[in-house]
Amino acid sequence: MEAAVEKSALKGGEFLIKETQANNIFIPEEFSEEQKMMAAATLDFIHMEIDPNTERIENMEEGMMSGLMDKAGELGLLGVNVPEEYGGLGMSFNTGMLIADMMASAGSFSTAYGAHTGIGTLPILYYGTEEQKKKYLPKLASGEWKACYCLTEPDAGSDANSGKTKAKLTDDGKHYIINGQKMWISNAGFADLFIIFAKIDDDKKLSAFIAERTWDGITMNDEEKKLGIKGSSTRQVFFNDLKVPAENLLSERENGFKIAVNVLNVGRIKLGAGCINGCKDVASKSTQYANERKQFGVSISSFGAIKQKLAKMATKTFATESASYRAGQDIEDLISKLQSDGLEASEAKLKGVEQYAIECAMIKIHGSEVLDFCVDEGVQVYGGMGFSEEAPMARAYRDARITRIYEGTNEINRMLLVGMMFKKAMKGEIDLLGPAMAVGKELTGVPSFDTPDLSAPLAKEKEVIKNLKKAVLMAAGKAAEKFGPKLDHEQEVLMSLADMLIEVYVAESTILRTEKLISKYGEEGSKLYQNMAKLYLYEAVTKIKNAGDEAVACFAEGDELRVMLMGLKRFTKMDPVNTKELRQAVADVMIKENKFPYSLYN
Amino acid sequence: MKILVCITHVPDTTSRIAFTDGDTKFDKNGVQFIIGPYDDYALARAVELKEQSGGSITVLNVGEAETEPTIRKALAIGADDAIRINAFPEDALFVAKQIAAVAKDGGFDLILMGRESIDFNGGQVHGMVGELLGIPSVSPVMTLDIDGDTAKISREIEGGKEYMELPLPFVAGCQEPIAEWKIPNMRGIMSARTKPLEVKDPTGDAPKTKVSKFELPPAKGDVKLVDPDNMDELVNLLKNEAKVI
Ligand SMILES: Cc1cc2nc3c(=O)[nH]c(=O)nc-3n(C[C@@H](O)[C@H](O)[C@H](O)COP(=O)(O)OP(=O)(O)OC[C@H]3O[C@@H](n4cnc5c(N)ncnc54)[C@H](O)[C@@H]3O)c2cc1C
Ligand SMILES: Cc1cc2nc3c(=O)[nH]c(=O)nc-3n(C[C@H](O)[C@H](O)[C@H](O)COP(=O)(O)OP(=O)(O)OC[C@H]3O[C@@H](n4cnc5c(N)ncnc54)[C@H](O)[C@@H]3O)c2cc1C
Repeated sequence: MEAAVEKSALKGGEFLIKETQANNIFIPEEFSEEQKMMAAATLDFIHMEIDPNTERIENMEEGMMSGLMDKAGELGLLGVNVPEEYGGLGMSFNTGMLIADMMASAGSFSTAYGAHTGIGTLPILYYGTEEQKKKYLPKLASGEWKACYCLTEPDAGSDANSGKTKAKLTDDGKHYIINGQKMWISNAGFADLFIIFAKIDDDKKLSAFIAERTWDGITMNDEEKKLGIKGSSTRQVFFNDLKVPAENLLSERENGFKIAVNVLNVGRIKLGAGCINGCKDVASKSTQYANERKQFGVSISSFGAIKQKLAKMATKTFATESASYRAGQDIEDLISKLQSDGLEASEAKLKGVEQYAIECAMIKIHGSEVLDFCVDEGVQVYGGMGFSEEAPMARAYRDARITRIYEGTNEINRMLLVGMMFKKAMKGEIDLLGPAMAVGKELTGVPSFDTPDLSAPLAKEKEVIKNLKKAVLMAAGKAAEKFGPKLDHEQEVLMSLADMLIEVYVAESTILRTEKLISKYGEEGSKLYQNMAKLYLYEAVTKIKNAGDEAVACFAEGDELRVMLMGLKRFTKMDPVNTKELRQAVADVMIKENKFPYSLYN
Repeated sequence: MKILVCITHVPDTTSRIAFTDGDTKFDKNGVQFIIGPYDDYALARAVELKEQSGGSITVLNVGEAETEPTIRKALAIGADDAIRINAFPEDALFVAKQIAAVAKDGGFDLILMGRESIDFNGGQVHGMVGELLGIPSVSPVMTLDIDGDTAKISREIEGGKEYMELPLPFVAGCQEPIAEWKIPNMRGIMSARTKPLEVKDPTGDAPKTKVSKFELPPAKGDVKLVDPDNMDELVNLLKNEAKVI
């Protein structure tokens, strides 16, 4: 069965003010044999069906992508998270994350897959009436029908609620007539089902509708010419007097924005997880190339400058993976708990994900930025060949770029996550004020000279994490005090605070996973993970210090600024790290194994 | 139709190969294991035959407990039940005797294997099993169709192709293009958990062969390019450096 360990998870965002024990987080090493087999089967699918057809996919050969979606459907990959009564597999949240993770090495297909199973299917799964679910979900889970999600418009991107698409109820009350234009719609070229966001009459807020391709009134432009994921269908879609039966309104009138937001929460965390295997693939290919390529009479993998790149790719990937599955399992556990408390399944799923919306946004940002780092350095390792379409890096580089833009740009997600944190504090859901004041006191008080016992493995690192949280609380607390509700408009501060929060969460997840791995594989057997965890912590500390300095300098000056900078220095203190030695050790494992340094699912 | 498919649990083809214990044991550290690729073809064809005319598929592996994930993958792909003979498969005859013991009273119409394992590449087990059971054994089988009690097969032989008909039951060592590898589907994976996997003790004598030493092929040396106009240089290198003429 699936991992079902009793854990006492924190609420969303609470990681900032509470300590988490290693045994309270889930790590991907704990996936069951069955889940691992599903991951391996997904990789088989990619190796046998996607990889050999890359060129045909990229050239958008007629029927190629939808044919591959059919095959994915036959294997059950399109219904992983759809309940069994609607033709799916009813697998857990984290299993869905795992499959999305594997798909990350599938390039354009991964977008088609994500758009269909995520934003295309979930609105019906979460908000559909029983009739809507019965009618549409089995078709979507099997792949007989493909879905797309039509939110963005030419003048409504990040500001999604400003869309101009209109819906009018007919006089007999039986239909909505939809008119408008959508843009950047993934899967539009072959979709059978359209989730459409539009405003009814003069509503201020969006409503959502389900429409079918065969109904009169849907037309589209040609395929967009894109920088990357060239094989994925992306089109403008037009609705001209599209007649949608009244019963195809999703949820209630004016509930569309909420649907969009909640579906995007899931989309985001899955998109973050959906970068991991892409990172691993790039790191593996870079290692192989570096081992084969000889310059100055030796393999370029023997050069420190190259080793450093390989080790950084692996370290960041290990970190983002640690955070993704920790958050995924927290969501899964909450969903189970809410369900056993009597909440209806789709309601439980919504509430479970909503609770961790901050984490979802963080994982989207971190995963996409780690992927971008990996592909960038991947190109560099390949040198001139990295710039050539003959080698795989150029495409990986182009394909990765979209992940920082869609499902909410990383800027929008940064602002959202900090905003949500403060909102939770204001609503009294989490107590930021108390801990922030305690930090203030600690800052002006006499430093404690107690020397805690730090002999246990990673005890020092955990102490560093504790202090990093103080650094964030200090900066965030002061910013809130200075700006009050106007903080919303201080984007530079928000960007820095978001970075600090993300790094704390990811670094903590990495350290805790490694602590578990030490008890699993022993001190010696877990060296690789320890090295990566220490390297990541070093990276996080550096970033947090930097972001903190920038944040406080936005609003303080003189003595006040100096005190805060001192505080940041104190809370980001850590023992010196010999990054050269640690990175060489990580890279040497990669060079020897000729791939990413560890494998979980075959 | 009742089909027995014998599968090996072998290192992934991309594994780094190393040895331990004074070069007498394969180093399993960090190695991923898979169903033997030829066995995988055999299994895929078995699943197709079952889809066509019904029946059941039993998978059999001689191996220790660590092979169970591999066996379960075969169940996920479409076998109905599985038997694991709990022994370390060190010797082809020993393995063949275990398979024969299971097959003797099993009433199988067809015993499918890979043409060879990919770890030790003996290509012996199918022949031995055929001999032990007193039934025909053919390898490599590249197409296989069943027509009543008769099988029609084809195989590549030196310089051509051979078409054969033979009565059931028999043993076949399979290879591509007999079928295409099957990816287990998610439902298959979920149902594999509940399919029976019986563990049996080995019968008969202990293995008779013993590995005294493994040796890796020498690392590939550098390549020298010689200008096509410079035949003398080529002859000189072949004679004095490579010492092959
Ligand atoms: C000298 C020697 C040393 C060995 N040492 C080891 C060792 O240290 N560790 C280890 O794991 N294995 C070891 N083996 C081997 C072992 O993995 C083989 O399973 C078995 O010995 C048959 O080997 P083969 O290459 O002759 O198989 P082949 O005759 O090439 O296999 C043909 C087919 O027979 C079937 N078959 C073969 N083996 C099995 C099996 N075990 N269970 C079910 N069906 C099977 C498969 O369908 C296979 O495709 C050793 C084998 C030899 C010959
Ligand atoms: C390949 C592809 C596939 C897509 N698939 C879909 C799909 O299937 N369905 C769908 O509905 N949409 C889809 N989109 C649309 C995508 O979600 C939007 O492009 C994205 O939300 C950004 O909107 P925009 O392009 O209008 O950019 P803008 O909103 O114009 O943003 C431009 C820049 O300004 C920044 N910015 C915007 N607002 C603010 C602000 N308030 N404060 C600070 N900075 C800000 C952004 O971060 C960005 O850097 C897709 C896009 C692409 C490229």
